Amino acid sequence: MSPVLQARDLAKKYGKRWALRDCTIDIPAGHVVGLVGPNGAGKTTLLKLAAGQLTPTSGTITVLGGRPVGDPAQLARIGFVAQDTPVYAGLSVADHLRLGARLNPGWDATLARERVERLGLDPRHRAGKLSGGQRAQLALTLGLAKRPELLILDEPVAALDPLARREFLQGLMEAVAEHELSVVLSSHLVSDLERTCDYLIVLVGSHVRVAGEVEELLATHHRLTGPRRDPDRLPSDQHVVSASHTDRQSTLIVRTDAPIHDPAWRVSQVTLEDLVLAYMEAPAPTHLRPALEVQR
Amino acid sequence: MIWLTWRQFRVAAGATAAALVVLTVALALTGPGLASGYSAGITACTRDGDCARFFDRFFDDYQTPFLAVTVIVLILPALLGLFWGAPLVSRELEAGTHLLVWSQSITRARWLAVKLTVVGGAAVAAAGVCSLVVTWWSAPLDKSAAPGFTLMDPLVFGARGVVPMAYAAFAFVLGVTTGLIVRRTLPAMALTLAVFAAVQIVMPLTVRPHLLPPVASSFALGPENVDAFNKSSDEEFPQVILDWAIPGHTGAWVLSSRLTDPSGRVAGGDGAPVTVRVSMTSGPCAPSQQAQDPGRGFDACIAEINRLGYRQRATYQPFERFWPFQWIETGIYVLLTAGLAGLCFRWIRGRLS
Repeated sequence: MSPVLQARDLAKKYGKRWALRDCTIDIPAGHVVGLVGPNGAGKTTLLKLAAGQLTPTSGTITVLGGRPVGDPAQLARIGFVAQDTPVYAGLSVADHLRLGARLNPGWDATLARERVERLGLDPRHRAGKLSGGQRAQLALTLGLAKRPELLILDEPVAALDPLARREFLQGLMEAVAEHELSVVLSSHLVSDLERTCDYLIVLVGSHVRVAGEVEELLATHHRLTGPRRDPDRLPSDQHVVSASHTDRQSTLIVRTDAPIHDPAWRVSQVTLEDLVLAYMEAPAPTHLRPALEVQR
Repeated sequence: MIWLTWRQFRVAAGATAAALVVLTVALALTGPGLASGYSAGITACTRDGDCARFFDRFFDDYQTPFLAVTVIVLILPALLGLFWGAPLVSRELEAGTHLLVWSQSITRARWLAVKLTVVGGAAVAAAGVCSLVVTWWSAPLDKSAAPGFTLMDPLVFGARGVVPMAYAAFAFVLGVTTGLIVRRTLPAMALTLAVFAAVQIVMPLTVRPHLLPPVASSFALGPENVDAFNKSSDEEFPQVILDWAIPGHTGAWVLSSRLTDPSGRVAGGDGAPVTVRVSMTSGPCAPSQQAQDPGRGFDACIAEINRLGYRQRATYQPFERFWPFQWIETGIYVLLTAGLAGLCFRWIRGRLS
């Protein structure tokens, strides 16, 4: 499928500090993509670049086949819910919907009204008095009712309690199922993404460590436990993501498409969290070990 | 976008409009009385032939409200820059709401353009209304104002006519610009106030006197341009202090007023006392002559000093240049405003996230 987001050597510099450097990434359409990585990995910068809120210092980025620049037609195709889901504290819920209707040619008033009703938000309520969860839902409503082809959410649930978090993600999933839009969602918590995303990208230090469909990733990654040995002596089709050793025992996380036959290993399944942590802990990829992409 | 701008701005607009209505009503109630008092006084004084005294008394009576309304017009642009301009963008940047509105289907340049036009237009209108009612109300006082308070004098010039609108536009866009660059409301407000105050002080001190080349000329000494005449007991000769006024050019903005001696050299002045070598033992300036009739004696003594060849050398901007100056200064501020607005658009496209 054609990518919704494609970046080549994308870089963004704030003053003298690089927020994102040499970022090359492809995000396929039709997925709910989880972008995960430690704080400072460049997730927010990448998403702001994708939403057209920033201009790159160098490199290129195309979103939905176009450059995410200040062009109303392109802006209309991308929904963006910024970090901490900002809303106008002084405006009421109804005012926010009116704002969306006035500023978006493709505004879906029915969707917005129904969502607000279903959430139990009082339209006369001032947004500043809403709870964190309600505020996030209002921001999501604005993003959805715009009817974008791609919805970008930057850490939408970071500030929410677990219940509000679940409700938010559930609402998002329902909307995705209903309106067939692509979603890119960032988080530094894997558990947020586990039930939501079907595609995962691990971004560490501006670089994509691994990208692929969640099912595929889980099927091809294994934890091997066995007597201590040098990970370099594994078969060539087994790529070691991370290795930890005690005096007598080695624990490896490996990626391989082939089954593992070596009887010395005890092979066990990895969870998504194990997988992400393994990639986040792993040293930066060298030329010999380039970042892997799992493709169909 | 216009709706959103208005929705965010309507409380501030309402409060300012209410304050302006109060001011307008107060001036509308007192204005006609002021005007009729003036015309009655003029009729009476033309009959008596001493209008100078009437002007003094009339202006003295109303000096406090005159200064109050003048100060209101002077500080209104600063307030608009501070409370409308500085928070316009910085408050959004602080709250993060710029990311909400910029991710709607509208470019940030258009967002800024609408905000600048709607709120900036309101700022210009508010200053215009305020200046209009104050200019109307104080017209009789402006005609009778004492030296230092005439229309051309810096304090009053900036509070009459069209320049307050230009000041308001400039202060407002200055506030928006500092808000964009500083990104925080309170520091932006402080910076706006500091820069605007500096510009408003520098303008009349260094720029406005040269908007058109000042007129330089010499004038005979007389009661109109001599303020005081003193003789201390241990000096041989007396001293005179020149007034900031020019005979026959009422209302001129006097930039310098100095005394030249009989050889034509500048002997001093600009408010400082200058020694004149006039005989104090005989003639009109002798104390014996002065004692006979202090009022007439002063005039005669000044005439004697004038006869010796002392003159007033003055540079000034005549009163007739009030409107040319208003338009030129308005033009300067409009250019400054346009430059700052251009900077805002460049900044918002390239530098902000």
